[in-house]
Amino acid sequence: MSIDKDTVRKVAKLARIAEPEQRLEPLAKELSGIMGWIEQLNEVDVEGVEAMASTVDVKLPMRDDALQSGPTGGGQPENVVANAPKTEDNFFVVPKVVE
Amino acid sequence: MSSPADLTLAQLRDALKKKETTSLEATDAYLARIEKAKALNAFITVTPEKAREMAKASDTKLAKGEGGPLEGVPLGIKDLFCTEGVLTTAASHILDGFHPRYESTVTSQLWRDGAVMLGKLNMDEFAMGSSNETSFYGNVINPWRRNDGGNADLTPGGSSGGSSASVSARLCAAATATDTGGSIRQPASLTNTVGVKPTYGRVSRWGVVAFASSLDQAGPIAQDVRDAAIMLKSMAGHDPKDSTSVDMPVPDYEAALGQSLKGLKVGVPKEYRVDGMPEEIEKLWGEGVAWMKDAGCEIVDISLPMTKYALPVYYIVAPAEASSNLARYDGVKYGLRAKEFSDITSMYENTRAEGFGNEVKRRILIGTYVLSAGYYDAYYLRAQKVRKKIFDEFAVAFSKVDLILTPSAPSAAFGLGEKTDDPVQMYLNDVFTVTANLAGLPGASVPAGYDKQGLPLGLQLLAKPFDEETMFKGMFAIEQAAQANRRPNEWWA
Repeated sequence: MSIDKDTVRKVAKLARIAEPEQRLEPLAKELSGIMGWIEQLNEVDVEGVEAMASTVDVKLPMRDDALQSGPTGGGQPENVVANAPKTEDNFFVVPKVVE
Repeated sequence: MSSPADLTLAQLRDALKKKETTSLEATDAYLARIEKAKALNAFITVTPEKAREMAKASDTKLAKGEGGPLEGVPLGIKDLFCTEGVLTTAASHILDGFHPRYESTVTSQLWRDGAVMLGKLNMDEFAMGSSNETSFYGNVINPWRRNDGGNADLTPGGSSGGSSASVSARLCAAATATDTGGSIRQPASLTNTVGVKPTYGRVSRWGVVAFASSLDQAGPIAQDVRDAAIMLKSMAGHDPKDSTSVDMPVPDYEAALGQSLKGLKVGVPKEYRVDGMPEEIEKLWGEGVAWMKDAGCEIVDISLPMTKYALPVYYIVAPAEASSNLARYDGVKYGLRAKEFSDITSMYENTRAEGFGNEVKRRILIGTYVLSAGYYDAYYLRAQKVRKKIFDEFAVAFSKVDLILTPSAPSAAFGLGEKTDDPVQMYLNDVFTVTANLAGLPGASVPAGYDKQGLPLGLQLLAKPFDEETMFKGMFAIEQAAQANRRPNEWWA
C-alpha cells in the first residue's frame, strides 16, 4: 500500500515529530518503498497462527509490593530529575499544559 | 614481551595474574593507541582518568594475588550501556549531556569481575543501522581496507561499529555490543572479529538503552573465540531488574572450547543462498561445512522456507517497538530540549525533530504507522504471526540438528555511502542474522576467510536456546580450522 503525504502528516503528528511541509512528499515516497517491500508478508498463510510477542516462555515474575532499594527504589528525587533540561525543587518544568 | 595491548584478552588476563605486566601498563598502552586512532572515530567518549583509577585499583588486588576473572583487563563499552556518571548518548543528539545516575547490569558485572573501562564506543544512532553511518558523532571507519591500493573508507558494520572497529584495531582487549537484528554478528564478520549474540534472556537488558525490547540482546565482540567465552561468562546471568532475564545457571563457556564435536549434527539451510551473494561467500560456506565434517559432525541438509519473510517481519516488529520505546525522549526527563516552541506539543515535536536523525525518524514513523488504528491487524498482528511461524520452523529444525551453519553477512565490508540511498538495500545486510533475533536463538560470527580484495568474511553458527556451550564448541572448531587471524595494516597510526 502506498503512503501519501496526508498520511505522513498524520503519522508524524501522532509520533510528535515536526516534519516541515517540504519533507512530507519525499518521506511518503521512502515509506511507501519500505512498506511495499513489507507487503510480501501477505503471501504467508497465517490462519490459526497465534501472534508472538516474546520468545521467552515465562510468566512475569512477581515481587513483594515493597519499596526497592538501589536505583529502582524510591526516595531519590534528585537522581530522577538530575538529567532534566529544566527543573525546580525536584520537579520537571514544562510549558503550561492547562489554560 | 611486546606491548600488553598486543595480547588477547585471555593472554592479558594470564599475564596480569603472573605479574608479567600491570593493568596500568596495559591501560596506558591502549589509551595511547586510542589517541593515535582518532581517524577511525571508534570512540564517542574516552575516559582516561577513570581507566587509570580502575587500573590502579586492579593492580592493588593483583599484587595481593586477588581479583576477579577480568581483573585489570581494559574494555570498550558500546555507548548504549548506561554508565554511572559517564556520558551515555546512544549516538543520538537527543541524549545530549545525559549522565546516568546508575550503571547497567552488564557493565556493573564487568566491573565486579575487575574489568577497566577505557571509554564509550561509537555506534549507529539508537542501534538503528548496519553500517555505522547514522551516528550523530559521525561514521566509524573500518580498520580493514581493500588490497587494491586504493584507500576507500569501508564500513565496520553496524550498529556495533565502534565495538568491531576498536577490537579489530586492538584499541581495547574486548568490547560490549548489542544485537537486535544482527548488530553484533554483521560488524564482527566485516572486521575479522568474533561476535556473540546470546539467547534472548541470557543477558540482562537493564540499563541498556532500549531499541526493540523483544529482540535486543547484549553480547561481546572479541579478538578470538576464547575471549568471547570469557566475556560472555561475566556479562550473562539472571537479573531481577529485567523481567525477561532467565534464571538459569551460567556455564563456564571457556571450558567448552576444544571439546569434541563428534556426533553433533550441523544443519545447512538451503534458503541461506541469496541473489547476488559473492561466490567467495558461497565457497567459504562450503569450506565451513568441510571443517565441521572433519571435526566429526554429521551434516544435515535442512529447509527454513520462512527465511525470506524474516526481514519484512523485523521491519514491522522492530520499528513498532522502537516507536513505543523512543516515546520517552520528549525534552522533559533528560537530554535535549528544543529552544523554540509555543506550547508543550510543539516543544515535544521540535525537540524530537531536532534530536533524532533521519533513520531513527523513519523507523519511528513506520512503527507509528503499523500500530495506528486501522493498520494494526494488517501489519503488526500479521507480522507477529509470521514471527511465530519462523520460531516454530527453527524449533522443528533444532529437533533434528544441534547447530546451524550459515554465512554471517551477504557481503564483505562495503564502502561508506554505497548503500545509504536505499533503506531496503541497507536492511538486506541482516538477511542471515535477523532470524536468530526473531526466534530468540543464540548466534555467533567467527572469522573464516578473506575475499579476493583481502577483506574478512565470517561464518555464523546458530544453536538451540540457552545452548551457547555447543555453539562455542563449534566456533572453536571453525577458528582452529580457518586460522583466519590476519590483522589489518595500521594505516591510521
